[in-house]
Amino acid sequence: MIRQPQPKQEILARRTALLAELAPMLPPDGLITEELRLRPYETDGLSAYRQPPLAVALPETTEQVAAILRFCHRNAIRVVPRGAGTSLSGGALPMADALVIGLMRMNRILSIDYADRLAVVQAGVTNIGITNAVAAQGFFYAPDPSSQLACMIGGNVNMNSGGAHCLKYGVTANNLLGLKIVTIEGDILEIGGAHLDAAGYDWLGLLTGSEGQLAIVTEVTVRILRSPEGARAMLAAFKANAVAGACVDAIIASGIIPVALEFMDRPAIHACEAFAHAGYPLDAEAMLIIEVEGSVAEQDALLDRIRAICERFDPISLKVSNSVAESQAIWKGRKGAFGAVGRISPDYLCMDGTIPTSRLPEVLERIGAMSARYGLQVANIFHAGDGNLHPLIMFDANDPASFHKAETFGADILKLCVEVGGCLTGEHGVGVEKRDLMGVQFSETDLDQQRRIKSAFDSRWLLNPAKVFPLGPLADAGEAAVAA
Amino acid sequence: MQTNFTEAQLADPDIAVANQVLRSCVHCGFCTATCPTFVLLGDELDSPRGRIYLIKDMLENDRPATAEVVRHVDRCLSCLSCMTTCPSGVNYMHLVDHARVHVERTYRRPWHDRLLRAVLAGVLTRPTRLRLALMAAAPFRRLAGHIPGRGVLAARLRALLGLAPAHLPARGAGGPGTYPASGARRGRVALLGGCAQSVLDPGINAAAIRLLTRLGIEVVVGRAPCCGALTHHMGRHDQAMADAAATIAAWDAEIGRDGGLDAIVMTTSGCGTTVKDYGFLFRNAEPALAAAAARVSALALDISEYLTRIDYAPSRPAPGVTLAYHAACSLQHGQKITVEPKALLSRAGFTVKEPAEGHLCCGSAGTYNLMQPEIAARLKARKRAAILATGASVIAAGNIGCLTQLGGDGLVAVHSIELLDWMAGGPKPAALG
Repeated sequence: MIRQPQPKQEILARRTALLAELAPMLPPDGLITEELRLRPYETDGLSAYRQPPLAVALPETTEQVAAILRFCHRNAIRVVPRGAGTSLSGGALPMADALVIGLMRMNRILSIDYADRLAVVQAGVTNIGITNAVAAQGFFYAPDPSSQLACMIGGNVNMNSGGAHCLKYGVTANNLLGLKIVTIEGDILEIGGAHLDAAGYDWLGLLTGSEGQLAIVTEVTVRILRSPEGARAMLAAFKANAVAGACVDAIIASGIIPVALEFMDRPAIHACEAFAHAGYPLDAEAMLIIEVEGSVAEQDALLDRIRAICERFDPISLKVSNSVAESQAIWKGRKGAFGAVGRISPDYLCMDGTIPTSRLPEVLERIGAMSARYGLQVANIFHAGDGNLHPLIMFDANDPASFHKAETFGADILKLCVEVGGCLTGEHGVGVEKRDLMGVQFSETDLDQQRRIKSAFDSRWLLNPAKVFPLGPLADAGEAAVAA
Repeated sequence: MQTNFTEAQLADPDIAVANQVLRSCVHCGFCTATCPTFVLLGDELDSPRGRIYLIKDMLENDRPATAEVVRHVDRCLSCLSCMTTCPSGVNYMHLVDHARVHVERTYRRPWHDRLLRAVLAGVLTRPTRLRLALMAAAPFRRLAGHIPGRGVLAARLRALLGLAPAHLPARGAGGPGTYPASGARRGRVALLGGCAQSVLDPGINAAAIRLLTRLGIEVVVGRAPCCGALTHHMGRHDQAMADAAATIAAWDAEIGRDGGLDAIVMTTSGCGTTVKDYGFLFRNAEPALAAAAARVSALALDISEYLTRIDYAPSRPAPGVTLAYHAACSLQHGQKITVEPKALLSRAGFTVKEPAEGHLCCGSAGTYNLMQPEIAARLKARKRAAILATGASVIAAGNIGCLTQLGGDGLVAVHSIELLDWMAGGPKPAALG
């Protein structure tokens, strides 16, 4: 189980008075304080870790966020920002003495500029909500995390989220133009804007992926792109995980960049097929979803080349989608994959590491061996083209021993990723989940430099503390850890 | 998801089901996005994932329902959009039904809430009483807009009076009885008579009977008062089960009579969802009733499914009418019927448009528009705007609640079956003028 710092007793002792002072800064039903109603906010997409917060605030404007943060700063109250609560790394895990600031009510699209291809949206707009708003005009927002139906753009910025189609279009960082943020002191700042790059330091780059530790994002200016003329997906079925992995490496090495190149192994294929009825090959050990886009001629040419590469790996079957409905079903299965694993296991830990694609066959085999050693099943579903692994370790949360084994197994997988030249996180962020593994990737000097950046924005370590960095000797993050 | 029930609790078969539902949830949060109340209210407590958590906590601790839990469970429309979205296959319907029964048993509502619920349960489900009530209310209908006050009481009173139609349709064809097939009999079905629908719009079942008999199907309409769906959704377990058992008995008798039944057909999709679930609802009943319930559920079909099965075809030329097809939640989410109604309307010659945000509920949701008028009104406005954006002025839907909720002010709402009957030789629906 993950270790959390001691709650600040003085905050807990003053709870009633503090919340009474906070309430007028919010709309009438904007502050949740009753114990029973706080419980559903105790966790996010990583439900193995739970802690009810001090209270939950649901502001509706940037100004309200600023007022709340000013108040929290003055009173040294810790703050945990939350969007849709879909984080798989526990990025929105509360602390007993922390105020959760939920941005779900800030869900308006503020403006869309088709001529300059950008949209300004509030942090609580869902990822798919941006595409839905511009689709009729032939545009889309490219990064597409599998949780895109629910996850919110503010969270995407904070975790620098990826997705299946990032192989071609890049991750969140590559599709952002500007942010409106509120600092812990309650100052409202605008970073970047309706243009590429910005004068001076790359603040946008620094804030993207900062996991809610530097500021709270309330508005986002995103790049929107023209939708391609068309797209087609191919399902390629193989006899072994490692063979499919080798095929991925061969496709990438050939110089082709499909718009998406996704991997699913047997347990994942079966769980997702039960949900999506997409015609996945149930006789395969592993399957690739390979999508190409562009004009029909471009699609045909690419699919021919990809088919030829796949043929070299003795595929069980190669099937190209024939209709929009078929493609939608294929993606529905892939995007719902994590949830669909709920059909075959009551609980899972979803890992998120990245490795060089050339090491895929070896890493998949070693994960298979670890699975046998730990006696826990694994479903592999991941963005193969990016080498972004998502092994889902299945366990039973009602059995503490099983959970403990799953945690250790997960740590071993992430250490393996680092060992082969990859890294701990692909797109889910470090959160609380990978916090204590940061030492595997970084030296203490590296970590201290990073901590100093946080301190520059938030000297009292009030914003989403106890995430990202291993706790210091005083079981606290922040200055104490830096000093020690 | 982890659960904390004791062995003793799990010995209760209902808790065992709840536990199994909760274990299948992986807390991914997808359901929040397509939940109408979360979209409107922006609070996880008003989302399926939040409600699942509240219900879990209440059941695990065997706690009486508290006002906070009741508020958020009551706000759930039971539209089941979350079940369409859920990749893990969480049966939210069974969980929230369980919670509603728990609320009804352990929580004492304010007097006006109890009164309204008792009246709705006692009147809406009994056609004779409903007819009398609507006749009594009609003179006061115009007053609905003048009732002052911002509280829930005033809003509910406005919604109640607003429900009363200006002209109550006469008792028409479609009452209990056997309607023989015209020409050679190709099949025999039972048609749910329905409670509120038979009073509010008897023309719907009349159209279904005309069309089916014309297509060579004998139609039996039973005398059972109500399928139990309305009271079931209010957590009034005993009344719901008694009404459902009476309905099952009536149909089961027909299954054993005169060549049996090819199907049990519903023109009210809200009822259809419940009838299809009878097998589950009566799983622990005495064996004969449990078996009969399972038989009835196995035969239950929405009218659109049955017409697809018997190859409905129009006989008139295309009418040149553009429709917006409104997918009732009970059809698209409750019964996962998404293709057939649209395909039938297209085959009949209508131009069919689909409004944006088709997955979101219109706010009718059984008695929801009467009990949660403010949220229902916001959903109604949102849905009407989406429909108007299609350019269509006629709405086709398969559920009386949606039709009542969405029609009026420049939009004509017609049950799909009346349109299909028209194109296959029946009369033009009166609503189309």
